[in-house]
Parts: sequence; structure tokens; C-alpha cells
Amino acid sequence: MTVFETEVLLSGPATTASALALTAPISFWGGVDPKTGVIADTRHPQSGQSIAGRVLLVPATVGSSSAAAILLELVHAGLAPAAMVLHEPDAILLLGLIVAKEMGWTTPIALRLDRDQFAALQGSQLDISEAGTISRRSETPPSR
Amino acid sequence: MAMRIVAETARLMGATRLIPIVSAHIDGALYHGDSGTLFAERLVAGGARTAVRATLNVGAIDLTGCSRNRLPPHELAMAGRMMTAYKALGCEPTWTCAPYQAGHRPRFGSQVAWGESNAVAFCNSVLGARTNRYGDFLDIACAICGRAPDYGLHRDENRRATVVVDVSQIDDAFLASDVAWPVLGTLYGRLIGEAIGVISGLAFRPREDLLKAFGAAAASSGSVGLFHVAGATPEAPDEVTALHWLPPVERIVVTDDMVRDAQRRLSTADRADRVDAVAIGSPHLSLDEFDALRRLLMGRSVVVPIYACTGRHVLRILERDGHRRQLEASGVIIVADTCVVVTPILPEQPGAILMTNSGKFSHYAPANTGYSVLYGSLSDCVESAVAGVPRFGGAS
Repeated sequence: MTVFETEVLLSGPATTASALALTAPISFWGGVDPKTGVIADTRHPQSGQSIAGRVLLVPATVGSSSAAAILLELVHAGLAPAAMVLHEPDAILLLGLIVAKEMGWTTPIALRLDRDQFAALQGSQLDISEAGTISRRSETPPSR
Repeated sequence: MAMRIVAETARLMGATRLIPIVSAHIDGALYHGDSGTLFAERLVAGGARTAVRATLNVGAIDLTGCSRNRLPPHELAMAGRMMTAYKALGCEPTWTCAPYQAGHRPRFGSQVAWGESNAVAFCNSVLGARTNRYGDFLDIACAICGRAPDYGLHRDENRRATVVVDVSQIDDAFLASDVAWPVLGTLYGRLIGEAIGVISGLAFRPREDLLKAFGAAAASSGSVGLFHVAGATPEAPDEVTALHWLPPVERIVVTDDMVRDAQRRLSTADRADRVDAVAIGSPHLSLDEFDALRRLLMGRSVVVPIYACTGRHVLRILERDGHRRQLEASGVIIVADTCVVVTPILPEQPGAILMTNSGKFSHYAPANTGYSVLYGSLSDCVESAVAGVPRFGGAS
């Protein structure tokens, strides 16, 4: 088991889920379908994969300032990632979680971790604690 | 609730204080699902009102009735409730992504909270006002509080260009054409990511609509909230001023190959033998751009519809001058208050091809409309719509 210590950006419940490490920046608006949680941007390397219930590792975001709205909608629809790991705090995206908390909805934990570490987590089953510790359990291949 | 949202964001971003703002542009009134409507109505129910001037970005419904959308009944009702809620909060019903051409032009150096990526880029870069890239919810929260977290582009030291993007190798005639700027913007956004750059080596001062097209494309392909153009934008009378008199971290010389590659990648269609619709107006068309459209149409009718997206500030003048009727008679569908990539206006048609002169439409149309894209100049778009098949190479 490998352990990664991260900084908690926004608190949320502990979780266990498989990692989906994005290998390119993503625009949530136009990039993720809020009705399904599937990456819809055909130009994105992880196009067609679902972020719902995954530990989503986001190296960077690009594009529209509506990212928070998509994330809020994903939370409301029960299609949010189980946890979000960002290379750096992103106000546009994390606002979706801040507002979801204000609305009284259960929001995923958001963590900060250097994106250099992302590749080591890709596809693995991860245990994430409330304190932000990520433990890698197994070497499951990335789902297609 | 608004103040908690502003304060929590300040904590997250490491801002040590809040600063007063003089205006806001609100991107939050576009329906993406019921959650956003519920949030806006929660604010209204709490008695919130905007404390500063706040214009509204596009909604999901064309309230002017110029165009129709295919939203199902539930979505249509929730989108309408959302637009109503934002008006109830005291926002101006401008419904445009080009508020800076609808009379909302904050002064150089003033602190504001603007949403909508192209409006942010324009506000910072062309007007020299100071805003971060505000997302949905934070924009309205700041407008209600009249305050914003003091970090990022609100602060002088973070507005410095660190990368020089030199376009002096590129043909002047190309740089002067309308087709060049969405291409350059796309390339710039991809090269620069989140850094701030200064475009250097231009032999002329690009007009406002070109900078608007550049910023929109750059903010689609990268996280561009501020760019400088030496000799053209207010914080860059020249390259060294934009660099705050420090050496650049990087100097990128743009080549013809890079430009050609960026232009090619703006088209996603794997064939160029048909066109099912033409869409222009992302960002929303200005009066000048409508004039150019009318000049290129020369009174001809189109075979393939041209969806021309704009704000009601322009629509009013088109109506006053009789141009709306003229344009509609020739087959142009004016879309006001909204646009074709944010709400389903284009007919549902698997395998269909959309032609556009907008870098932003080119970026978002495939995922949001299902249409693949052919990118061309405004002239190409008009000639293709008239001919009913793609036509490239017209003067622009």
C-alpha cells in the first residue's frame, strides 16, 4: 500500500473509489455531460469515461467560467466524483462544491496534490480519509 | 449565504482581505440543470439584492422571441424561473456575453467581478479593469456583497506578462483579416495555458472586434483571463511595460506552420462537402459585425440558415433601422439573449456540419450541439450559406 498526504481544500466524507487521472486540462462546461457525468469533449484524451463516483484527478482546468454550475448539477444529480484531487485550488470549479454545501447537499471531499503524482494513482482503487490521506490499495487497470 | 460563499472562496484562494467592487457581470443565469435555479431562488427567498451594477450574461431562452429553442417543458420552465430569479436579485436583463459592447465598460483600473470567460478576457485586457475569472455563483455572491476576494488579477503584481508571443513572422495581410484572430487566440490559449502573455510584433492596432474574437478563442482553449497586445491594449503601450520591465520567462516566435495547424484544428468535420447550418456571433455580434454581414450578403438569400447571435442592445438598433426584417427575409435567423451552443436551437441532425467564423463556437459546438465544425472567415460563412455547400477562400 502506498500513502499520499494531501491538503484538504474542502471537507467531505471519507471514500473508497477508483482513480480517474485526467491527462489533459478539462473544461467542465462543454467537457462533461451534466446528465450522465461522462466526459463529452471529443478532443479530450479521457473522452467517453464517466467521472461519477470516481476519484477525479484534475491537472488543470480550461475554458468556460460555468464549470461550477456543471459540478453543482452533478452533485445534485448524484453524479459527482467521489472525491476531487486538484493540482491547485481552482475557484471556478470548487465554487460548485461550496454552493452545494450551502444548499445542504452532500459534497465530495476536495484535495490538493501535485499533478506529478497523478500517473502513479491512475486506475487504482483508492481509500481517502477525511484528513486527506490517499491510500492506494490495488493495481487495477484503468477502465475504458 | 452570499457573504459565506465569498469568504470561503477567499480562504480557499489565500486572499487575506475583501476589496470593494464597482460592477459585476453575471454568468450564472444560464440553465445547466435544476440546481442553479434552486440556488438563485434561495438567494431571492433570503431577500438578497445586488449592491453594485450587475449585467446578465446569456440565458437559455431567447426572451425577444427572435428564435425558438427545443428545450423540453420542464427545462424550459426551470430556465425561465432562473432568468426571473436573477432579475429579481436586481441584475440588468442585458442577456449578452458582450456586455462591454452594451454600455457596460468599467473604467481602467477599477475593481470588478465579471463572469463569462470572453467577457473576463475583454474586461481585463481591452478595458484594463480588474477581475478574476469569476465562475457561476461567485459572481452573483460578489455582486450582492459588493466585495470580492483580493487575489489574482485584482492585484497589480499578478497582471505582468511573463511570456512574449512574437507574431512578427506572420504575414501582415493575414493578421489584418478577421479569420486570423480566432486562430491566433486558439493558438495563444493553447501555448500559454494559465500564464499571461504579451503579443508582440504587430504592425497595426487591431480593432475591438478582432480583440474580442481573440480573447474568446484564447479563453476557450486556455485559462486566459488577461492578455496584452503591445501597442494596442491599455497595460501594454509597449512590450517592456507589459513585462513590468523584467525579462520574460519565455519568448515564443509564432510560425506560419503553427498558425496553419491551429487553423486546421478549428475544424472538426472530417469532410468539407456539405454544410447544414452557419452560426456566427460568439461573442455576440456587434453592430459593426452585422454591417459586415449585410455587406457580404449583398441582398442575397441563403440556402442554409445563418444563425446570427447577438444581444438585445444590438437587436433594438437592427429593428429601428429596418435591418432585422431585411436579414430575416434573406434567411438569417437572429438569436438574441442566448446563443446556439448554450441552448438547443439548431435542429437535431446526426452527422450535421456547422460552419462558423467563431473560435469559441468551433470549440464548444461539437460537444454541445452534436454538429461537427468547419471553420472559415465571415465571407466563407456567407458564401457557403448562399451556395448551400462549403466555399472557402473568399476575401475576409
